[in-house]
Amino acid sequence: MQNPYLPYPAVIEKIIVETDDRSLRTFKLKFLDPSHEQVFKYMPGQFAEISVPGKGEVPIGIASSPTEKGYLLFTINKVGLVTTHLHNMKEGDILGVRGPLGNSYPWDRMEGKNVVIIGGGFAFTTLRSSIVYMLHPENRPKFEKIIVVYGARRPGLLLYKDELWEWEKRNDLEMHITVDATDDPNWKYNIGFVPTITEQKVKSAENAIAIVCGPPIMIRFTQPVLEKIGFSPENIILSLEMRMKCGIGMCGRCNIGYKFVCKDGPVFSLAELKELPSEY
Amino acid sequence: MYKLFKKEDFINSLYKIKDYKIFVPAKEGYYHFFSPLEKGISPDFSFFNTRLSPKSIIYPQSERMFEFSLNKEDPDAFILKEAEKEFPLQAIIGIRPCDAHAFQIVKKNFDNPDYKDPWWTKRYENTTFIGLGCNNPRNTCFCTKVGGGPFSEIGLDAIMYDLGENFLIKVLTDKGSLFLKKIEGGKEAEETHIKQAEKIKKEAEAKIKTDIEIEALLKKGILQVFEADIWEEISFPCINCGICTYLCPTCWCFDIQDEVYKDKGDRIRNWDSCMFPIFTLHASGHNPRAEKFRRVRQRFMHKLKYYPEKYHDGVQCSGCGRCIIACPTNMDIREIANKMSKI
Repeated sequence: MQNPYLPYPAVIEKIIVETDDRSLRTFKLKFLDPSHEQVFKYMPGQFAEISVPGKGEVPIGIASSPTEKGYLLFTINKVGLVTTHLHNMKEGDILGVRGPLGNSYPWDRMEGKNVVIIGGGFAFTTLRSSIVYMLHPENRPKFEKIIVVYGARRPGLLLYKDELWEWEKRNDLEMHITVDATDDPNWKYNIGFVPTITEQKVKSAENAIAIVCGPPIMIRFTQPVLEKIGFSPENIILSLEMRMKCGIGMCGRCNIGYKFVCKDGPVFSLAELKELPSEY
Repeated sequence: MYKLFKKEDFINSLYKIKDYKIFVPAKEGYYHFFSPLEKGISPDFSFFNTRLSPKSIIYPQSERMFEFSLNKEDPDAFILKEAEKEFPLQAIIGIRPCDAHAFQIVKKNFDNPDYKDPWWTKRYENTTFIGLGCNNPRNTCFCTKVGGGPFSEIGLDAIMYDLGENFLIKVLTDKGSLFLKKIEGGKEAEETHIKQAEKIKKEAEAKIKTDIEIEALLKKGILQVFEADIWEEISFPCINCGICTYLCPTCWCFDIQDEVYKDKGDRIRNWDSCMFPIFTLHASGHNPRAEKFRRVRQRFMHKLKYYPEKYHDGVQCSGCGRCIIACPTNMDIREIANKMSKI
């Protein structure tokens, strides 16, 4: 068995500045040893520990889709010690990737269903992975309607803008982009908070599963909207964040009750969370 | 299978064993500690229990996991490599049954069907546990209430009975048998010795008076205990010093840190504690267990509710009582368990 703490070495192939405040960058990584790509088999919703030698590790959701071969994408917010250092790194620098870790979105349960994706701010990373995965020609027939509501505080804070505009034009996906506010006269999409837009655009919970990923405030106000539309707690899927170290359920800090966010999560249904202590 | 050794012969023969690293209880100042057997160390088996649990013999307080170079000229710069380490055959002589039981509890964390901690499992596999039953449990001992006992054989390869001049040793596993073959001067035990041992065992068990209602506690719902209005009061005396987690043989939480000197670095794992606020502090500033009562609640919920819920095999406590003895504000896990069971 491979040492579960040992990262695979990877090179930063490209760095994309995502937001106008420059606090979010997407790192395109490539394994130094191509055989590691075969071992690193993941599904949308999983995460990895990005390892910066000398600084430490940080758990980050995987933003690329398993259908995108040859590289991994991680969109990283500059917030702590490791991520601040990451933001100073350059293309060609070496770091480590340890994973894939955690469970994924419930793909077996989502097949044959309408999938409603609701995202806010920089929590759109594993949702991007999910959308790219579902839109792949091999996978698209497995799902019914795909509805996406994605919002940010202002247009400059939206991630993956080029892709968003492309998805907006497609007819096999219903895309609702929104911002809390903007003074841009050319803004042609929605203006309003994510819960409000969700209430307007998502009409039915029939045969549907909702995946919600965003800041706590967005989740708090989106949850009652989804329940009003008719989603049962089993069909509301959330992805959680927690301070982590080991990523494999051993170091003891990311628990919610007897579940570990790193190993039993990060994806939980609202039904599961209702049975756990509310300590997250 | 039982063997009888004169204490003196047994101890003398330990010094002659070369192919095992041997740990023995030895007195230093007022307290006993487990120490590698070397010149100048005299094993002393007349102790209640060691001040520190022997957990660090398998799970060091600080452990180098990986090493790396930050020198760009180096072809392997920034690539983590496993630090070279030795995993000698080793034996812990005189480990108390509660501490051996504790390793079985911790094993569930470090050696599970999904992941194996490479260092913990290697050291554990290479260790032989020769226990020493407790003729005289202390008033803080409560092993019998948490699935063990003063002569429990859980997690042991052999158990020693202190019969005064002799050690009667019951061999429990092949590992134990293999180790004991290296000890000279053993005789076959006689029926009277075994009878004497059984009597000592019964008397020792009767000395443990603590009453904890573990069964009642196990039946309570997790949310019922978590949300109960008892935690502010229970946690009031706690000063978050962390000594309970440091001494606890079943506490396994750890931190991972990188340390750098010039252009060389190590990734190191250190024991950590749920008593410390930064244990769960997010980079964003959010902290799910910012308040003291939440951290104290976590410690007792983990040991007495979460662990049982996850593994369905007892509680995460072997009843050694170290946390009760060492707590500077006299918090007592037995009283807290009873408060939790009476909700």
